[in-house]
Amino acid sequence: MSSWINPVRLRGRGILGMNRRNIGYISRYNQRRYYPLVDNKLTTKLIAQEAGLAVPHLISVVRTQHEVEAVEEQLKGLREFVAKPAQGSGGKGILVIVDEDEDSYRKASGDLVSISEVKRHLTNTLSGLHSLGGRTDVAFLETLVRVDPMFDPFSHEGVPDIRLIVFQGVPVMGMLRLATRASDGKANLHQGAIGVGLDIATGHAIRAVQHNQLVSHHPDTGADLSEISIPGWEALLHLATRCYEVTELGYLGCDIVIDRNRGPLILELNARPGLSIQIANDAGLLPRLRRIESSKVKKMAIADRVAYAVDHFRHEDNPTNEE
Amino acid sequence: MNQSGPFLFLVLLLMLAGFGAAQLRHQTYNIPWLPGSETEIWQVEARIEFDARGDASQVYLTLPPEQQGFAVVSEAAASSGWGFAIESDQVQRRAHWTQRQAQGRQVLFYKLDIAVSAADTWTLPPPQDSQSVIWDEPYQTAVSHLLQTIVPITADAHTLTTQLIQALNRTPPDQNISLLTSAYQRTNLLRRVLQTAGIPARGVQVLELEDGRRRQSLAEYLQVWDGSFWRLYDPVSGEVTERGSLLLWQTGTPGVLEVLGGTNSRVSFSILSQTRSALLLAQDQADDLALSLYNLPIAEQSMFKLIMLLPVGALVVVLLRILIGIRTSGTFMPVLIALAFLQTDLLPGLASFIIVVAIGLSIRSYLSALNLLLVARIATLVVLVIAIISMFSIISYRLGLIQGLTITFFPMIILAWTIERLSITWEEEGPKEVFLQGGGSLFSAVLAFLLMDTAIVEHLTFNFPELHLVLLGIILLAGRYTGYRLFELKRFGALSN
Repeated sequence: MSSWINPVRLRGRGILGMNRRNIGYISRYNQRRYYPLVDNKLTTKLIAQEAGLAVPHLISVVRTQHEVEAVEEQLKGLREFVAKPAQGSGGKGILVIVDEDEDSYRKASGDLVSISEVKRHLTNTLSGLHSLGGRTDVAFLETLVRVDPMFDPFSHEGVPDIRLIVFQGVPVMGMLRLATRASDGKANLHQGAIGVGLDIATGHAIRAVQHNQLVSHHPDTGADLSEISIPGWEALLHLATRCYEVTELGYLGCDIVIDRNRGPLILELNARPGLSIQIANDAGLLPRLRRIESSKVKKMAIADRVAYAVDHFRHEDNPTNEE
Repeated sequence: MNQSGPFLFLVLLLMLAGFGAAQLRHQTYNIPWLPGSETEIWQVEARIEFDARGDASQVYLTLPPEQQGFAVVSEAAASSGWGFAIESDQVQRRAHWTQRQAQGRQVLFYKLDIAVSAADTWTLPPPQDSQSVIWDEPYQTAVSHLLQTIVPITADAHTLTTQLIQALNRTPPDQNISLLTSAYQRTNLLRRVLQTAGIPARGVQVLELEDGRRRQSLAEYLQVWDGSFWRLYDPVSGEVTERGSLLLWQTGTPGVLEVLGGTNSRVSFSILSQTRSALLLAQDQADDLALSLYNLPIAEQSMFKLIMLLPVGALVVVLLRILIGIRTSGTFMPVLIALAFLQTDLLPGLASFIIVVAIGLSIRSYLSALNLLLVARIATLVVLVIAIISMFSIISYRLGLIQGLTITFFPMIILAWTIERLSITWEEEGPKEVFLQGGGSLFSAVLAFLLMDTAIVEHLTFNFPELHLVLLGIILLAGRYTGYRLFELKRFGALSN
């Protein structure tokens, strides 16, 4: 059981709290009018694509019931794809097809679904079944991400993704999120997924937490989490850094997956990234954010900003004097 | 924050304005700060009797002036067949009854309710130029002797008056004084002697307030101007400092009662003491408060009593969420639940709320299998909630549990939404989160209820609506709080090692 921590000590560690995050960072650096860019996954995808950022390829967009009927034609010859609601919440309504089998499709879980069930899923998505507040929505189909095999020992179902916090165009902290049986294949930390803090300079694991408690091994696969090291870390930092230019959100969470063929791909962006990343990193966000606020790094070129992050935000084993 | 200066100033301004306006209302209209405080009321009834001569009659009764220590609550005249009006000049107010043809024994009543009040600071007007006093001999000589012995041993109007009264009380009496008292009534004598010495003095009629007195008449007291205000003296015992039970009735020269067209007239007073709620009293006097909730019809007033409590509940939720970090289902749902608790009482409310939500949740889990669209789902839940509530009421009534009936005070739509939200939470984040959020909501609701149910909170929010500015200030301050939430200390506990 973890104990309570003295607020003075928490402050000393530079931990960013919910209230300060909302007042001092989200509402100050994220302008409301840019929110729709990230709250709608389709819009995010389109603007990212336009800016030349790597994303899973868009197969088609389904906006009307009429287009649902046409989907069958478009899916001909595709053995694998993912159907998503543009405004789905908490991973709801995501249909992952990994194979085609005679007249039916095989889901990631192994169950078979027919093409008419796929269409019903799309119709439900359009009518708002999977979206926040039940608003009518748009569905889109994209190519399946084939996760880099290095992650296989570390994840129970689901796609492991990397959350990077990008502040004013500088990546400040990173975390790998691994689905577990407890999280039901979802990579949401508060549902029981594992968060592995990543050294922003190297992409090596710092430590891992589940339910805000330290863990050393994956509870389902038994893999040693401290051995994790993300391949192509530098490219990943570049990708995340460029998201700032695309969205103009000063305090941004980038969710990135690593495709075995294409490398890092932007999956989602988040205007209100959570705070548990600090526990996984064993470090507070505040000193890093303050450092950027008081420097001119935000006006530098992308490569320089990445270099700045690598230079200044390297993980140290004794992080108490990180000022 | 870089703009915290003006912000703090605004908050300070809001709070000062709130407290200031409330204090003003307290002082001006005597609205008590605390509920249940009482004010002493004297009910004075003046009874006028006379024999009318059969032709036009007019009756004048002098009425007490505005004075320190008392505030008029109400006055009324009861006298059938008589015209009644209250007239006033600068000096004195008078009640005026008139009738064209009055015959036989007549009885007129004037009723006055006055409250003992510490706040009113009326000062009686200063004296006009005094007339010279003329004494006949041998009294002239006696007075000058008297003054010659007393004036040198006194310093001012007050000591002179006191010495005079002592001299009158002395036994055996001084020769000069026996001579004077044999010719003049005591108060009159004192007034004349003082005026001779150049000190403004007058006889006044005073009603001695004593509970349960009937047929009381006015007593004559002496008022002496000491240069800045009128001091009151009992002609026998000296200065009166404790004014609480003395009502100054008349200060002018004409008699208290004046009857034209009648004989055998007399006025007598009966007095009753009462305590009355200070708040009701203030409300009675509130007719002229243009910006007061008291002017609304009673039904709206009781509604506003509830509405004015809402900000208190909102404040509780704000503090619990921002300072503690308690999660609730729906931001201000706990406040609405707390409002419902106010009507149902805590335990029956809590029990019926939990029962309805539990039944609703179990039925809702079946609904999610139907794949309904959101609006239809909520509408279904509304119907369900109504059905549950009806069943609950009927069953509890059959069982003789009257409290079960108060369940209707819960807002149905809110209940339906609560069930929907908790059910979605259950599906997406599991039962643990449902108990966390549901428990958090109920905890906030109970806390808000306990605060809103306090008599003093209810009293202050309704009677001093200005205090909401203070609440607003606190809410604004909380809205800029950037420190840690209490639960974050637990959440980040893994960082302590």
